[in-house]
Amino acid sequence: MEFKTKYDGPWVDIDRNDLLTNDVGDWRYRSPEVDKSKCSLCGQCYLFCPTGCIEDRDTYFGVNLAFCKGCGICAKVCPSEAISMKTGGHQ
Amino acid sequence: MRATTRGKVKVLSGNQAAAQAAVLCQPDVVAAYPITPQSEVVEELSRFLAEGILKAEFVEVEGEHSALSVLIGASSSGGRTFSATSSHGLLYMFEAYSYAATLRLPIVMAHVCREVAAPNTVLCSQQDIMLARDAGWIQIHCASCQEILDSIIMAYRLAEDPDILLPVNICYDGHYLSHLSARVEVPDQADVSTFLPANKLRECRLDPDKPMMQAPYLGGKLFTEYRYKHCLAMQNALQKIDYLDEEFQKSFGRSYGGLIEEYRNEDAEIVLVALGSAASTAKAVIDLKRDEGVKVGLVRIRCFRPFACDRLSKALKGAKVIGVIDRDVCFGWNTGIVFVELRSLLNRLRMNQPMVNFIAGLSGADITKDHIERAINNMQLALHGKFGPEVTWLDLE
Repeated sequence: MEFKTKYDGPWVDIDRNDLLTNDVGDWRYRSPEVDKSKCSLCGQCYLFCPTGCIEDRDTYFGVNLAFCKGCGICAKVCPSEAISMKTGGHQ
Repeated sequence: MRATTRGKVKVLSGNQAAAQAAVLCQPDVVAAYPITPQSEVVEELSRFLAEGILKAEFVEVEGEHSALSVLIGASSSGGRTFSATSSHGLLYMFEAYSYAATLRLPIVMAHVCREVAAPNTVLCSQQDIMLARDAGWIQIHCASCQEILDSIIMAYRLAEDPDILLPVNICYDGHYLSHLSARVEVPDQADVSTFLPANKLRECRLDPDKPMMQAPYLGGKLFTEYRYKHCLAMQNALQKIDYLDEEFQKSFGRSYGGLIEEYRNEDAEIVLVALGSAASTAKAVIDLKRDEGVKVGLVRIRCFRPFACDRLSKALKGAKVIGVIDRDVCFGWNTGIVFVELRSLLNRLRMNQPMVNFIAGLSGADITKDHIERAINNMQLALHGKFGPEVTWLDLE
C-alpha cells in the first residue's frame, strides 16, 4: 500500500510545507473555471479569495484546485466576467 | 534458569519492583499521581529521586490527566518517560491516554489493575485496564514481581523500536502483586544499559531548530492512513515481543514466553486461559489435577494488546474444551471480556471447541484454588458432553 504521508505518527514537517497534504479541495461541489482570454490580470480574484488559492500564472490568474472550496467569490468580483462557476466538485 | 549476569537479590513488592525497574531504565521525565494500590510506586520513585539515584525531571502533578499530559510533552520532545496509575486514575487521564497512543509516543506506564466503582472499592480486578483495550496502547500483563521489573525493561526496547513507536502499559494485579513481597533479582545498571541503550533522538520531535507540527486537523483519507499505520505497528509488536523475550533471556537468564505463557499444555484436552496473578494459582491446581490423570493445561495471555492470534491459535489447537477466567465483566455480552476476544479468534480460525467462561475475583474477591478446581471440574463435564451454562459466576454459586 502506498502512503501519502512520510511519518508513522501525525507529524508535519513545516519546512517541507507538508500542511498542503491536507487536501480540502474535496469539500467543493462547484468549481471556478477561468477563461484565460478574458482575464485582464487585474488581480481582484487574488485579493478577495478567502483561502489564498488564486495563483499568478503570468498571463492569467489560475486556481489551485487542491485547496479551492468553491465559494465563488472570485467569479463574483471579476470585472471581466472571466471566471464562471461550474457544478462539479473535486477531480 | 540461573541468572547469568551480576545483580542483587532483594525482597520487593510489585510496586517496588516497578519503581526499581523505572530507575534502571533511566527516564528523562517522570510524572505520576498517587492512587491506591499504585501509591507505593510514586513513593519509591520520590525516594530514589531524593537519594540521587533517579536522575530524572520529576514533575509533581495535581492529577492523572496532567501526569500523562506532561509525559506527552516530554516524549514529544524526544525524552524517555515513565508513569504509573490505576483504576480511576486511568479513567481520569483517559483523554491524554488516547492522545499518547495516536501520537505514537513511546511512553511506558505501569498499570496496577483495580476494580472500577460503583460500589466504592479500591480492590483488585482487571475491569479498569480492559476498559482501555481499544485506545491503541500495548498491554502486557504480569504474574510475578520479577516479571514486573523485567517487563518494564523490555517495554522501553519495544516502545522505542522505530517499527513500533507505541506506548506500553505494564499491568499487574492490585494488592495480589502490587503489595506482594517476593524475591526479585535486580540486575546491574551496566547490564540494563547494555540491553536498553540510551534513547535515540527521533526524527519526529519538538525541536526549535527543526520545527515540526504535531497532530494537525485531518479529515477522512489522511486520518485513516494514520489509523492503518497504527494497526500495522501493533502487528509489528507481535513479533518483537517474542524476539525481545529471547533477547532478554540471553542477557539475564529469565524468560516469560513472550506473547503467551503455556503450562503443561502439550497434550492438554482441557485448557484454561487466564491473565495475571490468577494464572499462578491455576498452575498449582493444574499440578494436582495432572496427578489425578486429568489432561489439563494453562495458557496465560501476557500480551492482551495486540492480541496474540497466531500464538494462541497454536496453543489452543489441541484443546477439546477451552475455559476462560475473567476478572472483569463485558456488559452487554454478560460474559467476561477475554472470553469475547477468544471466541472471536476461534471463529476466525473456524475452530469450534466448546468454550466456557468463569467470572471471578471482582473487587478483591480471591481467586482461590477451590475456584480454579471448580472451573476445571465444570470443563471436565463439558469434555464428556455435559454442558452447563456458558458463563459461571464463581463467587455467586
